[in-house]
Amino acid sequence: MKTIRGISVKSLTRVEGEGSLKVRLVDGRVEIAEFSIYEPPRFFERLLRGRQVAEVPDITARICGICPVAYQMSSCLALEKALGIEVSPAIDRLRRLLYCGEWITSHALHMHLLHAPDFLGCESAFTLPPEYAGFLEDGLALKSLGNQILEAVGGRAVHPINVAVGGFHRGPEVAAVRGLLPALKQGLEAAQRSLRVVQQFDFPASPSPRVRLSLASEREYPMNHGELLISRPTGDTRGPIETFAEQSQEFQVPQSTALHSRLAGDNAAYLCGPLARLAHNIDQLPPKARQVAESCGINWAAAAMHQSILARGIEVLAAIEEAISLAAAYQAPPAPAQIPLTPRAGSGCHATEAPRGLLYHSYEIDAAGLVTAATIIPPTSQNQAQIEADLADLLTEALHQSEPPDDPQLTRQCETLIRSYDPCISCATHFLTLSIDR
Amino acid sequence: MSPHRPTLAVFKFASCDGCQLQLLDLEGQLRQLADRVEIAHFLEARSQIEPGPYDVGLIEGSISTPDDIDRIKTIRRQCRHLIALGACATAGGIQALRNWGRDPEFLAGVYASPEYISTLATSTAVADHVPIDYELRGCPIDPGQLLEVLTAFLLGRRPNIPSHSVCMECKQRQTVCVAVARGISCLGPVTHAGCGAICPAHGRECFGCYGPSEPANLVSLTGFYQREGADREDLGRLVQSFNAWAPAFRQAAERLTGPSDLSPRS
Repeated sequence: MKTIRGISVKSLTRVEGEGSLKVRLVDGRVEIAEFSIYEPPRFFERLLRGRQVAEVPDITARICGICPVAYQMSSCLALEKALGIEVSPAIDRLRRLLYCGEWITSHALHMHLLHAPDFLGCESAFTLPPEYAGFLEDGLALKSLGNQILEAVGGRAVHPINVAVGGFHRGPEVAAVRGLLPALKQGLEAAQRSLRVVQQFDFPASPSPRVRLSLASEREYPMNHGELLISRPTGDTRGPIETFAEQSQEFQVPQSTALHSRLAGDNAAYLCGPLARLAHNIDQLPPKARQVAESCGINWAAAAMHQSILARGIEVLAAIEEAISLAAAYQAPPAPAQIPLTPRAGSGCHATEAPRGLLYHSYEIDAAGLVTAATIIPPTSQNQAQIEADLADLLTEALHQSEPPDDPQLTRQCETLIRSYDPCISCATHFLTLSIDR
Repeated sequence: MSPHRPTLAVFKFASCDGCQLQLLDLEGQLRQLADRVEIAHFLEARSQIEPGPYDVGLIEGSISTPDDIDRIKTIRRQCRHLIALGACATAGGIQALRNWGRDPEFLAGVYASPEYISTLATSTAVADHVPIDYELRGCPIDPGQLLEVLTAFLLGRRPNIPSHSVCMECKQRQTVCVAVARGISCLGPVTHAGCGAICPAHGRECFGCYGPSEPANLVSLTGFYQREGADREDLGRLVQSFNAWAPAFRQAAERLTGPSDLSPRS
C-alpha cells in the first residue's frame, strides 16, 4: 500500500507578502514541493504603459514597501540609458548612499525580526529569550538607522519622494547628510555586536545552491553597477547587464501568480541575493565587513542557505562602512541636482542589487517620453525555482534519516528554509501576464 | 500588565507591505505597544496566530479578487473596530487604474484561466465592501499617525488626525509655494495632510499620495491649472495615481480623460 504524507501551510509567516507551501510525499519520495505565491497580481508592467518617464520611479516604488529604492534605482538607470543620459559621479554616490540605507533597514528587519527567531526556537521577535533583548534592541536601532539615511537623502523612509530620473529633485543639505555620522558610528557597533550573536547560532544542515547569479564589480561591492556574473560548478559566465534577458528566462507555473526563472541553455535554477553577492564580491567588501567574512570560517562560494543570515549581517556592516565614507565626503551637488529630461524614443534595461537579489528592469519609450513597454524581473521570482529545488533536497534528505522528522518538525524545517531566502512575495507577484481563456 | 490586554490583528490584501511595515517602523514604540496590546494576528511578524475575535483589526491593501470579498466579510465579523490603512485600503491603490477598464488586457483578469488565481475587474477600497470604523490615508501611511489612531481606539476616543490639506503643512514649514512661484501643477491644495509636505519641500509637486482632504475640489483645481496652461493629459495622469479611484480624484480624472467604462451610468 502506498504511504502518502502531505504538508500544507496555507499562510507562511515572517515573510514579506503572502505565500504558501505544499508538500506531498509518496512512499518516502518527494512528489510535490511547492512554494506558491497567491498574492493577487497588480499588473504593474501594464499600468506603466502610457506613463511619463518622470513618473516611473514614483510608481515602481509601490511594487514593494520593503525595497522601494531598489525599484527606483533600477527604473532610473534603465530609463537614463533609454534617454542617453548619465548622471554625474556626485549623484551616483548619493544614490549609493540611499541604497545603503535600504540595505541596512531591509536586512535588519529580516535578520533580527523575521529570521533570527528560527534559530532560537521562537515564534517571533516579540518572544525572544531575555538574553536576546540587546540583540533585538540593536536590530531596531539598525532598522531606524537605515530609515534615517532614507529620510535624509530620499525624503521619506518608505516610498522616497526625492528620487528622479536624471538625479534627485533636490540635493540634500550637507548638514543633513553629515548629521548621519554619529548614528552611523553607533550603528557600526550594533552591526558588529549582532554579527557576534548570529555567529553563535547553531545552523542545522541546509542546501547549498550550486548556481549563483549577481552583479560583480572590480571597483566596489555592487549595488547600482557591475557586470553580470553567473557561477556554476563548471565555471563562471560574465557579461554586461544587458545580457540578463538572454541568460535568464521566465516561465509560468500554474501554482503561482509569479513567474519563475531558469538559466538559458542548461535550464538551471539559480540563487540570487546576499549569498551570491558575497561569494562573487568578497574582495570588494570594506575592511571591517571583509575581516568578518574572512574570519568566520565559511567558504562563501559553497555556503548553505541558513548562513544567509550571516551574509546579511556582513552586508549591513559593509553598508554602514560605505555610508560613513560617503556621508563624510558628501558635498552638496551643484543645483539643479537633476539632468533636464528631453523626450526621445528609445529603450533601455538595467539591473541593480536589491537587498534580496538582482532586480532587472527594461523599458521602451516613445518620442513623447511615454512608456510603451515595461518588463520587471524581481529577485524572489528568480529564486522561486531554486527554493523549490532546495525544498525537494531538504525533504529527500530528511526522509532518509534513521529517525525521520514528524510533520510539524518537517514543516518547520521547510518554513525556515524558505525564510532563509528572505522572499519578498509582494515584489514577486505583480508581473503575471494573464493568459486569456475565452 | 493588564490581564485583559486588547488584541490587535493585521490583515493584508493587494498591496506592497509598506503600510504594515510602518507598524514595525515604530521601532522603540513597537515594544511599548507590544506590552500594551496582544498582537494576535500579524503574519509578517509572528508565526503564532491567535483566533479571533479581535479588538482592533488593521487592513492593508485593496479588494481585488473574489476571495478577497469573502475574506474581508469574515474579518469584519471578527473585529470590533476595523481600520483601513493607506491608499490601497482607502481608495483601491494604484492597481485601481484597471477600474477604467479601457484595456481588454485589464478586463481579461475576470476571465483568467481557472488554474490561476482569478482577479476582479476592479480594485476597490475596503469601505466599498464592509462598514469600517476609520480610514487612515497615505501611500504609505505615516507611522506617527498610525500610533495616534491605535492609541485613540485603545483608549476609546476619536483619533486626532487633522483633515486639512498638504497646502497648510507647506505654510507651516514655510516652503515657497511651487504652484505660485514656479507654475508647477501641485495637488497640495486638495491632498490630505500627514506627510509633512515633503514633496514641495524637495522642489516638486505634491502628487496626492495621501488622497483627498476634506473638502477637496479637484475639478476646480485642475481646471485652474488648465487655464494656466497645463496640459490636459499631464493633469489626467497627475490625478490618476495612487488614489485615482477616490471619488474626488476620480471625478477630476473623468473630466480630464473621459469616464470609466465600469462607472455606474447615470
